[in-house]
Amino acid sequence: MKTAEKSIARRKMFDALFAIIGFLALLVGLITLLALLVDLALEGAGRISWQFFTSYPSRFASQAGILSAWVGTTLVMLVTAATAVPLGVAAGVYLEEYASRNWLTALIEINIANLAGVPSIVYGLMALGLFVYQFRLGQSILTAGLTLALLILPIVIVATRESIRAVPGSIREAAYALGATKWQTVKDHVLPYSTGGILTGVIIALSRAIGETAPLITIGALTFIAFLPGAPVKSEFPFVSFEWLMSPFTVMPIQMFNWVSRPQREFHFNAAAAGLVLMAMTLAMNGLAIYIRYRFRKRIKW
Amino acid sequence: MDQTDYVGAGDAARAAQELLSRRALRRLTERAIEALLFLSALSSVGITVGIVGILLYESFTFFEHVSIVEFLTDTQWTVLFANPHYGIMPLVTGTAVTSAVALLVAIPLGTIIAIYLSEYANRRLREIIKPLLELLSAVPTVVFGYFALLFVTPLLQKVLPNLSGFNMLSAGIVIGIMIVPYVSSLSEDAMKAVPVHIREGSYAMGATRLQTALRVIVPSAFSGIGFSRAVGETMVVAIAAGQQPNLTLNPTEPAATITAYIVQVSLGDLPHGSIAYQSIFAAGLTLMFMTLAFNIAGYLLRKRYREIY
Repeated sequence: MKTAEKSIARRKMFDALFAIIGFLALLVGLITLLALLVDLALEGAGRISWQFFTSYPSRFASQAGILSAWVGTTLVMLVTAATAVPLGVAAGVYLEEYASRNWLTALIEINIANLAGVPSIVYGLMALGLFVYQFRLGQSILTAGLTLALLILPIVIVATRESIRAVPGSIREAAYALGATKWQTVKDHVLPYSTGGILTGVIIALSRAIGETAPLITIGALTFIAFLPGAPVKSEFPFVSFEWLMSPFTVMPIQMFNWVSRPQREFHFNAAAAGLVLMAMTLAMNGLAIYIRYRFRKRIKW
Repeated sequence: MDQTDYVGAGDAARAAQELLSRRALRRLTERAIEALLFLSALSSVGITVGIVGILLYESFTFFEHVSIVEFLTDTQWTVLFANPHYGIMPLVTGTAVTSAVALLVAIPLGTIIAIYLSEYANRRLREIIKPLLELLSAVPTVVFGYFALLFVTPLLQKVLPNLSGFNMLSAGIVIGIMIVPYVSSLSEDAMKAVPVHIREGSYAMGATRLQTALRVIVPSAFSGIGFSRAVGETMVVAIAAGQQPNLTLNPTEPAATITAYIVQVSLGDLPHGSIAYQSIFAAGLTLMFMTLAFNIAGYLLRKRYREIY
């Protein structure tokens, strides 16, 4: 009896001990995140100024800025979103609403699951061989946007499928009962109801793409760009220009990488400031995604 | 025959025909849309074909110049030097050491966090903590690289004064913390999959929460995605672990990984078709094989210990 009591007491102690260890483990993660943010802020906040956003990179740390980097990031994200969203949503709709259960569907599904595990730098190698040299797109914004689009495609597909799956079958049956075709049902009923989930997934996917560095270095993005791509809007006919698609570019994380790898301390402050801007972008996108998810979840009640 | 009657019949026929053609048109658009959607889904397979195809194609030309035996057995990787050696081993050990350090951090930490969140923490804490923790995997990797080089390494140097400025230890630790959310969310899913009656049975037999959780969670922590992220992580190692190939298993030394080498070569301006250009594809192929090996190992470990309810 005594030994049993002792054993129980010991196990309960382990249990309580674990509660403390668990909390500490949690703290390790959270403190790392905090330390990262505080370190960036302490080192970089001094460099954040109007000049920093409106200057090109420079040999002098105090005159260098991120103009070409944030313009590049914006344009690359534009191409990425314009490619990944239609392709990913269409693939998600097909797999969820149309696909019959056969070996081809199974192959596509296994393939998407596996693509999520491919290291991002491998996408860069593929883009280097295929887009840059086979398709002759060069080391351009177009190549970069397409590369990141392929990288985030699995995330968009999975998000689309999950939110379509959440739409109850009764909605579809009601549409069919009124004589709607399959596509009409999808377009007018299923997709509007799943917009919130898809949007959340797309924003999270883009927030991942915005921080991707390795695949873009691999396709040959430059680290020193002291000009902007051609403007997309023109004053004379036809008013829009797609010249910028073929322009060389740099992006925020590459600019930061360039500054981190320099030995001079002053450039590290620039790197921290660029990191701060990058973190602000990422956190803002993640926050927006959480907000949209919350809003749509509240609005729709089945 | 009455004029009006004739017109009426013609109208009906025309209307019927119109309806038919409208239906045919509708069916046609439906078909076209389905085909379009199918092609989009199929494009994901195209990506895989593209990846494997390009890696194999470029590696093939690489191995026309370099024998596979040299590639696997030579202990030096000096592709960019005047007297080039093509032994992938130093890059493989660099990758293996940083990944091992990362997994040594991520698996215990991720498992403990998952058990704590699913069994111990109350709902409110969980709802606040989980999104915060997931932010860890949302931080751009280049920022983590900065953090490893300029924050973690100086911190480690206070404990290990001989630690060099570039080292695999700090890169590995930071990657480990970065992939904690992957490990913990997978472990938590595994906890949720346990039927309530088994859990209650365990409690009824006098098991504590910890004992119950350990049996379930530990095997599932060998997450495939976590492995791939650790092996394929690029920016953290390229920034914090140095870019010099170094055949060593000592994590306190600097060493290049496969990914760091690819970045290093890509930063320079290499002529397309040169042997150094092809060497990054051979390195990429090796990386894919390592990811595959890690994934299979993780899968076997999970399968070996997983319960089927």
